[in-house]
Amino acid sequence: MAIFLTENVTKRYAGHTALDRVSIEVPEHSIFGLLGPNGAGKTSLIRIINRITGPDEGSLFFKGEKLQQKHIYNIGYLPEERGLYRKMKVGEHAVYLARLKGLSKSDATHKLKVWFDKFDLGDWWNRKVEELSKGMQQKVQFIVTVIHEPELLIFDEPFSGFDPINVELLKKEILRLRDNGTTIIFSTHNMASVEELCDHIALIDRSKKILDGKMKDIKKQYRSDTYSIVFDHFDGLISSFLDERFEIVDEGEDEDRRYASVRITGDLSSKDLLKKLVPKINIYAFNEILPTMNDIFISVVKDNEGK
Amino acid sequence: MKKILLIIQREYLTRVRKRSFIVMTILGPILMASAFVIPMYIATLTDEEKKVIEVLDETGWFFEKFSDTDEFEFKYTVADLETAKFELMENDEFALLYIPRRELTVPSSAVLYSLRQPGVDLKGYIRNVMSKEVETQKLRINLDEMDLTEEDRERAMKLPDLIRTSITLSTMKMDESGEEEETFTEIMMAVAFVSGMIIYMFIFIFGAQVLRGVMEEKTSRIIEVMVSSVRPFQLMMGKIVGIAMVGLTQFLLWIILTFAIVSVFQVSFADQMPGPDVRMAVTQSAEVSNETAVAGNTQIARVFEVINSINYTVILISFLFFFLGGYLLYAALFAAIGSAVDSETDTQQFMMPVTIPLFLGFIVANMAVYNPDGQLALWFSMIPFTSPIVMMARIPFGVPIEQIWISGALLILGFIFTTWLAARIYRTGILMYGKKVSYRELWKWIRYRG
Repeated sequence: MAIFLTENVTKRYAGHTALDRVSIEVPEHSIFGLLGPNGAGKTSLIRIINRITGPDEGSLFFKGEKLQQKHIYNIGYLPEERGLYRKMKVGEHAVYLARLKGLSKSDATHKLKVWFDKFDLGDWWNRKVEELSKGMQQKVQFIVTVIHEPELLIFDEPFSGFDPINVELLKKEILRLRDNGTTIIFSTHNMASVEELCDHIALIDRSKKILDGKMKDIKKQYRSDTYSIVFDHFDGLISSFLDERFEIVDEGEDEDRRYASVRITGDLSSKDLLKKLVPKINIYAFNEILPTMNDIFISVVKDNEGK
Repeated sequence: MKKILLIIQREYLTRVRKRSFIVMTILGPILMASAFVIPMYIATLTDEEKKVIEVLDETGWFFEKFSDTDEFEFKYTVADLETAKFELMENDEFALLYIPRRELTVPSSAVLYSLRQPGVDLKGYIRNVMSKEVETQKLRINLDEMDLTEEDRERAMKLPDLIRTSITLSTMKMDESGEEEETFTEIMMAVAFVSGMIIYMFIFIFGAQVLRGVMEEKTSRIIEVMVSSVRPFQLMMGKIVGIAMVGLTQFLLWIILTFAIVSVFQVSFADQMPGPDVRMAVTQSAEVSNETAVAGNTQIARVFEVINSINYTVILISFLFFFLGGYLLYAALFAAIGSAVDSETDTQQFMMPVTIPLFLGFIVANMAVYNPDGQLALWFSMIPFTSPIVMMARIPFGVPIEQIWISGALLILGFIFTTWLAARIYRTGILMYGKKVSYRELWKWIRYRG
């Protein structure tokens, strides 16, 4: 079931269309990657989801209801560019933001203290925001985004400004939130983290949605029938026993093994490739090479440009 | 609603706790109080030489009634007015008090000609002596007609306190060439000028705080975090109202502290300084001393007496109203500017249309103090952009109540309009980065829907 959906959302600014009939469907309890090159319209869409601006056309639904102001208590948003009042005390600031999300003062204080301890910020409660490092500020912002336990979280580049240790900490928290039933819309340019975290994705380019679906399905859809083979040293080339229907993408060797990637064309399968190889060489490993999100992103966006 | 209160609370508390706010709150009253206290102190140091005041009394009622004080010596003359004026200039005396004859009624007015600005204390004293005397005389005439025992008569003579008479004392300042020019009551002018000035200053100071606050939220991207939980309008209004309350707090603290400081000095001066009238009270007969002491007291007390004669409630209420109205009107514009620009330097092009009417209001207020009922003052006290300052400069002189109502209503309409306008610019501008904004662009934002 989709917790959030947009239907033909269109947004025009003077002179250009930021979103052109974009429909996405965010399944419940999933991590939904919202991808796209710079200026594609991701931020416009996120702002519409947060009701910061309204769409010119199209409608949005939250849990089956038309999106309304009351729903913003059920949505948490971590913007890409984010700041805090520098002169305020950290704890006070966090409580303020939590109260704006509808928490009571005591409730907010109590919950925040737990999160602050979890993120090693406990000692900073009474310090000023300007004394925090950038990473610590980002942590505080992450905490205040999730503090009111919304059902839908929107993270726009959540890992920027974090060191690898804290990226891991954050990933763990995001996955934990998902496992506890929160749905997460995750917008980033970091394809490795998309690969690691997302269940579903949608790709927006030049104000249109050009691709969406389950990540597994998309990967399958963009498979290129390429296999990597690791085998023993032998004299000669593997191309010598493969005909032109098998395209050698890459071939090489290291100290004790040789390896190659082979793309199968036509209606042949991996079976046919193996049949050709097994009699000739000792195979140690045979894997399908699935495209990375990075590859898919680049090829899809390039294709779209050509249109 | 709850959110807007939270925003107001944050804007208020973070500013009130700032060191600069506390410093200003303490420094302001010290400066203001010294404006009162220093003249008082100087008054105690006046030179030994007495200032001579010629009294030309055509009525004959007040002969020998003005007693000399530490500062003033009263001389009585019988010359005609022109000669007396000439002598005043010739002998370089301080002032000439001219009490013209009234054929049918009791004396009720007098003119004080002076080369220099006569102090309020002198005028207060003259007015006081004259009214006492007129009251006493009126009573005596009436009592003469009745047939009373000596005892009843003596008791009746104490009645003047009950039948106060007011004396109009106009002052004419003369310059060397003998030209005369009527002067307004200085205290009225001071109150008018100071109230206009304070409103002008407060609008600028607190308007600038709104501008900086909005810019801080925009440039440091706090707005991005906030805007998903509150509407831009709530954020804008919360900031404007929060800062208005900071302004009111500062103003109230200033008033309270200034009065506290001044009254402390008042008490300590009154102890040290045997003021002219205190002395007088001792030397004069019991009957008179009683009366003069009531109204006389020290010089300082007289200043306060005049200050007290101004209608405070009207001034205070109108001050609060025009301060708030003017501030709200301009603060909305400042917020709109802050939301439209990316950096301090970009504010320049938009500041002009805001500061010009404000400054114009200040200039007209300066003129209004001299001519509070003139056409210029009247019109500028109606236009919402200048009315807070100009109206405040007129009110101490007395303004017809319907004018205040009209001006107030226009001001309310004015700030509703600027707030509406600002809200439309703000909601677009606050999330717009890296774009050099022109007036055409702003106009487009205003016309956006939704």
